[in-house]
Order: sequence, then C-alpha cells, then structure tokens
Amino acid sequence: MRRLAALLAALLALAACDRLVGNDGPVRNVAGLVHDLRFTMTDPAGRTVRAADFRGGPVLVYFGYIHCPDVCPTTLARLAHAAETAGPRDLRIVFVTVDPGRDTLAQLAAYAQAFGPRVTGLRPSEDELAELAKRYRVSYSRAKPDARGEYEVMHSSGVFAFDAEGRARLMILPGASERDIESALRRLSGPSRGKA
Amino acid sequence: MEHLRQALLFLVPWEFSPLALVLCAGGAGAYALGLRRSPRGERPSVGRRIAFFTGCALVWFVMQTRFDYFAQHMFFMHRIAHLVLHHLGAFLIALSLPLATIGRGLPAPFARNVARFWERPGMQLAVRAIQNVWVGPVVFVGLIFFWLTPPIHFVAMLSPEWYWVMNWSMFLDGLLFWALVLDPRGPAEGGWAGFGPRIWMLVLAMPPQIVLGAYIALSGRELFDVYGLCGRAWDMSAATDQTIGGLVTWIPAAMMHVVGALIVFSRWMHADRGRPAPARVLASGIGD
Repeated sequence: MRRLAALLAALLALAACDRLVGNDGPVRNVAGLVHDLRFTMTDPAGRTVRAADFRGGPVLVYFGYIHCPDVCPTTLARLAHAAETAGPRDLRIVFVTVDPGRDTLAQLAAYAQAFGPRVTGLRPSEDELAELAKRYRVSYSRAKPDARGEYEVMHSSGVFAFDAEGRARLMILPGASERDIESALRRLSGPSRGKA
Repeated sequence: MEHLRQALLFLVPWEFSPLALVLCAGGAGAYALGLRRSPRGERPSVGRRIAFFTGCALVWFVMQTRFDYFAQHMFFMHRIAHLVLHHLGAFLIALSLPLATIGRGLPAPFARNVARFWERPGMQLAVRAIQNVWVGPVVFVGLIFFWLTPPIHFVAMLSPEWYWVMNWSMFLDGLLFWALVLDPRGPAEGGWAGFGPRIWMLVLAMPPQIVLGAYIALSGRELFDVYGLCGRAWDMSAATDQTIGGLVTWIPAAMMHVVGALIVFSRWMHADRGRPAPARVLASGIGD
C-alpha cells in the first residue's frame, strides 16, 4: 500500500513536471498562465481605450516610462524592428506608461510614434494602472526624486504577447535576440493551442 | 492618522481567498468556542493557546494582507512567506495540538461526521501511508525543491492559480509534517511513529534544505528571473534579493528542525517516565 502511494505520487509529480519544465528560454510559453488581454482606460479628454480596440491582430504589451534611460527605448526599438521584418501586418505594440504623473498624453504619442506606426502609447490613471498591473502580476515603484525633480521608476522587463483573440501566449525576455523575437512573432500568428 | 491609515490598508487582503477565511477564521473561531465549552481540567494550557492563535495569525498575515503583494514581487519575501507557511506557522499550530478543542467548538453533528470519516479504515490507511517517517520527510523536502525548480517557480509566480496551489500545498504539508513530528503519543499509544525515528527524520531532512539554501544564496547567477521580468517591489538588486532568500531557506528552516528535535526529545523523556513498569504490563497481560 505504501509503495503504491509512493508510486502514484511519483507519477503525479512526473506528469506535473512534464507540463512545467522546459520553459526557461528567452521566449516562454505563458498560455493558460496569464489572464487574457483586457483593460479600459479613460484619458483626460474623456476618450476611452479598450483592449477590444486592439483585437484582430497579435498584441505585444510592455510596461515602461518615457524618461526610462535605456531598457524601454531598446526594448521598443527591437520589438518594432522585429515586427517590421517578421510580424504579421496587423501586429500592434502597446506601451503602457507606469509613470502617468509625468508622461503626458502628447509626449507619449510622440514617443510611441518615434518607434513606428505599430506602437501605441497608453496612459492609464493611477487606479487603472494599479488594476492592470495586478491583473498581469507586474510591479512598479518610483524612487525618490532628486534635486531637479528627476526620478527613476522600477518596472517589469518582460513583454507580454497576446494572440489575435487576446489570449496570452508568450513572454519575451529582455535577453531575447532579434531572431528569437522574430520567431516568437511568427508563433503568435500561428494557430493557438486548445482551439481548432 | 496617516500612519494608521497606511497600517489598515496593509491589512486589506491583496488577493482575497475564501478558503483562507474559512480555514483561518473558522478554525480560530471554533477553537475559541471549544475553549469555552471545555471542562476546566481539559482546557489546553495558556502556552498551547498562544501557539495556536499565533500560528493562525502568522499564516493569515502572509497569505491575506499586503505582505502577499511583496511575497509575489520579492524573492526573499516569498521565502519568508514559505518559512511561515511550511515551518513556523504550521509548526506552532501542530505544537498546540488543537484538534480536540476545535472539535468541541464545532457543531456536534458535524464534528461526529468528521470523526466518523476520520476513523474509516480506508482513511486510516491513507493517513498511515502519508504520516510515517519515510513518506513524511520526503514529501516535506521534495515540495521545497519542487517549487524552487526555476521553470516551475516561474509558472507558480506568474499564474494566480499555480501560486495558490503552491502556497496551500506548502501550508498543508507543513501541518501534516509537524503533526507527525510533534505528536505527543508514542507508538504504544497509537502515535504515528517512534520518538527516536522522528529525531532521525528531522536530522536527515535538514542537510538537503541547507544545501539548497546555500546553493541559492551563494550561486553567482540569477536563478529566478520572474521577479525581474515582472518587476521587484523595491529597488533591490536581483543578486541581493536572491542571497537573502537563500539565507532564509537555509538558516531559520534548519533551526526549526533543531527546535523540533528538542521538543520530540523532551516528549520522549516524558513518555518514558509515564510508562507503566514492565512487570505490571506483564501481570495485567496474564490477568486478561
């Protein structure tokens, strides 16, 4: 009896491992782990942006801020470049600012445009941002401002990739090469698992 | 006033869990009611009551306050949460031997049904299969290694469902393990294991945890990148976070095993003193 129980436990553990292990590369499969793409944001002019506005093509979501010295511009540039070479035509890149107090809508629009037509900047209110961050289990925090009022913001570095139906599919790591990102984008437009 | 507001906000559950409310608040409530219903001579000592309520409060604190937010976004805070769930909180609850008191606090028909279910031969067989000095420590140590395997850790920290499974599996296994270790009954009184084997089991379960904690603390490379990918709660480097997390896995966890072994040892001495002399056992055996 004891042996049987031990055997059962080992089999269960193996089955779990099979599902879980082998997910440690620069592009990770997060299907079924992360919530679908869903949000509603209202800008100061009263215009509402919804996740549904981005349906119809894959969406990459990245959290950052305009004053970010290096990581954000590099990541956005690489995503935009890979999208031009390998992405489906309707792929969109969404840049969500985690510093809505400093990043104005106009600045954000200009910043996004600098990376190409596929990039859209989104500016949630503090409450909307907190809710969105919690939904995707990401964190952000602002450091104390220096004498000139400048400050750094800690934020997530992974890029969430959603398919055309808004289902979470992949996470692209900052260490991913151009080629990794391109093959990830091709996977995104391919058929999704679980649905014929 | 602002401080008070902040403190109260901290106590609001980050991700509310009805199961946590039912088990923690329900368990503590039944225990409090059971205390009032117990005859004066059968009430647990004040020390045991403090152990029980402290254990419940600690488990609630790490699972159902803002602490959980930090545990999701800092590796070392996550290690502290698991230290409480798997070692400290579960240890204190098991140490307080709360079942008799909780049973008195439950509605009588419900308590009777639970007792009847517990005493079923199949249930007893299942319990014996888990609660012994072989399976107990293997599952206890195995779970720590399982959830700290980097790709599995990635999944558990990213997915709300797996996170929930991870935390509850640690807490429930902690309760089972420490209940096996701290059982005051010797094998002669229906206990799950002898006192000597339990001390051996505690000692042998220590080195794998020490090695794992030391490996995490001293490993030069980032093992758990999910915290950086999702953003850390504080401005702390990944290396510092991992080192502190490794130390938490290593030192306090090992200390709990030493404390556990000392308690088992004292229970052993106690049991030996209370045992009837061999001659009397023999005599009563002949008399039957």
